[in-house]
Amino acid sequence: MTALLEVEGLSKRFTGRRSFADMLARRPAPVVRALEDVSLDIRRGETLGIVGESGCGKSTLARCLVHLHNADAGTIRLDGLPMEGMDSAAREKFSRRVQMVFQDPYGSLNPRMTVGQTLAEVLAVHRIVPPAQIAARVDELLDLVHLPRDAAARYPYEFSGGQRQRIGIARALAMQPDVIIADEPVSALDVSVQAQVVNLFLELQSRLGLTLVFITHDLRLVRHLTHRVAVMYLGRIVELGPTEQLFDAPRHPYTQALLRAVPQLTPGRRSDEAAVMGELPSPLNPPTGCAFHPRCPLAQARCSVERPEMREVGWPVACHFA
Amino acid sequence: MTRRIPLLLGLLIVGFLALCAVVPQWLAPYDPLVFDFMALQAPPSPAHLFGTDQFGRDVLSRTISAAGIDLMIAFCGVVFPLLIGAAIGLITGWYGGWIDAVFGRLMDLVATFPFLVLVITFVAVLGPGLVNMFIALACVGWVSYARLMRGEVLVQKSADYVAAARVLGYSPARIVLRHILPNAVRPVLAFAVTDMALVILLGSSLGYLGMGAQPPMPEWGVLIADGKNFMTTAPWISLAPGVMIVLAGLGFSLAGDGLSDLLDVKR
Amino acid sequence: MSGPLLDVRGLTVTFNARHGLVHAVDGLSFAVGAGEVLGIVGESGSGKSVSLRAVMRLLGANAQVSGQALWQGEDIFAMSPERLRALRGGQVAMVFQEPMSALNPVLPIGQQIDEVLVAHTAMDPAARRKRAEELLGLVGIAAARTRLAQFPHEFSGGMRQRAMIAISIAASPKLLLADEPTTALDVTIQDQILKLLLRLVGDLGMGLVLVTHDLGVVAQTCDRVAVMYAGRLCEAGGVADVFAHPHHAYTHALLGSMPGTGAARQPLTPIPGQPPKVDAFVAGCAFAPRCAFAEARCSTERPPLLGSPHAAACFATARLAV
Repeated sequence: MTALLEVEGLSKRFTGRRSFADMLARRPAPVVRALEDVSLDIRRGETLGIVGESGCGKSTLARCLVHLHNADAGTIRLDGLPMEGMDSAAREKFSRRVQMVFQDPYGSLNPRMTVGQTLAEVLAVHRIVPPAQIAARVDELLDLVHLPRDAAARYPYEFSGGQRQRIGIARALAMQPDVIIADEPVSALDVSVQAQVVNLFLELQSRLGLTLVFITHDLRLVRHLTHRVAVMYLGRIVELGPTEQLFDAPRHPYTQALLRAVPQLTPGRRSDEAAVMGELPSPLNPPTGCAFHPRCPLAQARCSVERPEMREVGWPVACHFA
Repeated sequence: MTRRIPLLLGLLIVGFLALCAVVPQWLAPYDPLVFDFMALQAPPSPAHLFGTDQFGRDVLSRTISAAGIDLMIAFCGVVFPLLIGAAIGLITGWYGGWIDAVFGRLMDLVATFPFLVLVITFVAVLGPGLVNMFIALACVGWVSYARLMRGEVLVQKSADYVAAARVLGYSPARIVLRHILPNAVRPVLAFAVTDMALVILLGSSLGYLGMGAQPPMPEWGVLIADGKNFMTTAPWISLAPGVMIVLAGLGFSLAGDGLSDLLDVKR
Repeated sequence: MSGPLLDVRGLTVTFNARHGLVHAVDGLSFAVGAGEVLGIVGESGSGKSVSLRAVMRLLGANAQVSGQALWQGEDIFAMSPERLRALRGGQVAMVFQEPMSALNPVLPIGQQIDEVLVAHTAMDPAARRKRAEELLGLVGIAAARTRLAQFPHEFSGGMRQRAMIAISIAASPKLLLADEPTTALDVTIQDQILKLLLRLVGDLGMGLVLVTHDLGVVAQTCDRVAVMYAGRLCEAGGVADVFAHPHHAYTHALLGSMPGTGAARQPLTPIPGQPPKVDAFVAGCAFAPRCAFAEARCSTERPPLLGSPHAAACFATARLAV
């Protein structure tokens, strides 16, 4: 498998508002380091999972991939062509090929447009099909996501969360993308509805040969759905490996803790001990060295000073002692 | 359904006023301009429900025929501030940055003065008359529309459907005009209807003070001013236009509030 | 053990909504004893949270509550206001999903603990102070002395939930009602809080009712489980029993739709359709329209709750095992 989308050394910082107290104390404005030197490649046809807890940068990474954010440093390449320095036509082509499905099925659709208008707009603006064929293509898209064709005449508020998420997927598919970035696409849905949407992703991937980037905090889902998984902690990837092996034998102490912390579906209490102690550190003020060292059971003096580089331990892991 | 009653009442009143404005001859019992020297300053009676003025003109007929001017004042006094304010709110909310900062300070500056005082100042500088009054209203009134619009744009801008539109590669003009504007404009329009009540009051106040509509143009404020010299002997001359002003204010307020409730439900 | 602490029988809650009656809870029965953890699991709108609030008489005037909630034999719904006040916070305490809104933002944590102690104990100020420090230690908040003087916004999400738990156990209640206590938290923090709750149950001999939508949380923390759907109790029993041999078609389908039960990257077995709206009266089983096992009588006749200790209200129980 070849890399379709490559990310190299991506960094993104958000500068907060400098408060009056900051000015008095001559402090600079607070800076959130959302992404720090993130590199990964996304292979054609695969499903890559990106997991981590709040503040790990997974959503920022997703938004950088579709250019909702401009990264401060680093490059994103599609088919080996770097995004930077593209002219607007090339950029538009890029944006066509990488689409996004959002988390919130209620906020991600324009409430004043019917489903048909929403889909037709995509087709018309980008001249994806001739005007005469737009209506037929809208029907096809609705078929593709298993919505009735009369959905086109209705407004988003007439649909349930799961159905809206299908509309969002149809809208992304209207662009005929190669890659779909799905940012927590089922976490806002009812448990009994999630499986429907997960199946839709699986089906669309095999039918259309889509490449999927699945961002979620649901590790059970990642294990089921993805080929490879990247584990993020505080703006960095700490481990990136094939899903099955990684879940069976996680290398990074954080991954180990994360997997232990997920409540399994098989009944029985394993221990009264929590998988990992301590809080998630603030991305405003990340720990020195390895960001996980204050919570890590294996941490040594070295971990608080020297940041571990990614190294191959069967797959890339950023830990001195993995 | 019971929640809709204020809205229906408001629309009923506004509809009645509109009827007065469009076809006053159907509703007015007399020609508003014909003098009747047989009935000078006649008190209210079955023949003249609201009495007659010092020239024997039927007060009710004059009040009804003034509705057109007053509705025109309400409309023009709102539309220009609305258009200017909404455009500024849309631009500042969408772009932010220095343009937002500049207009933000300007809005703060305008808002520090009492509304009426500022309008009167503008009219005093420009000279009395309806057109100058509209210019003055536009210069002062845009601020509330711009603020409302800017706030709505900021809310809509952070919604995921706007992010989705950007990922879909839509142009900023399309995103602003086709996606944000239709969602942001509804509360502004509802406010505009409520605002018409205030503008009618303001227009009649300025008419009364001789700074707005000029006599002999029939306008409620002007009509009240006509009757002010006879307030002790023939108070009914000012009564009918006064009642109409109250009625119009009530009608537009109810309609505006009802509309904003109605629009809220669908969100 | 002399009978359950809390014994809820035939709890029914209806709301007067604009468009008619909403049957939020319909004939729910459950019991919980000392040292026992009962999970109430269901999707949004299943009535699980409303039930807890109804038991504590926290619902507004537009709710009509019937049935019985026996606190050590005494009906909570018939209690005098004084008796109810002594019960709430003193013997039964509640932990909410969103600690930020359940805590008073303008009072320091120490004072919020103190209020409970003033209301429910006869301690003098020095003893209350000592008890407050002890409580923070008990819930795993370090540097108790400084933390007591801090406000909720100075706490992280996990720490706020710990503080909330400290407040609720301040008067040594016999029963803790926890309404989705970890839903707003990250996985590793959720794990910590659940383990903390379990330790408290073990050390203090409290009973715990844990309302959640996460079957994994139930599997890992509860002794018994009550499954709710559309305001009704579907199934109740020991966790191991229910997970291994569900007797209700809904539980069966829900467990079957979870990722991780089948082979990786294979389609899940979804539950078709949407959860029902509770504003329409359902004559038969509420799950019938989505049920793969439904027969004709399921949509007309309401299945009775049968079996003990593993009870289920389903006509298809016998066919599920096959």
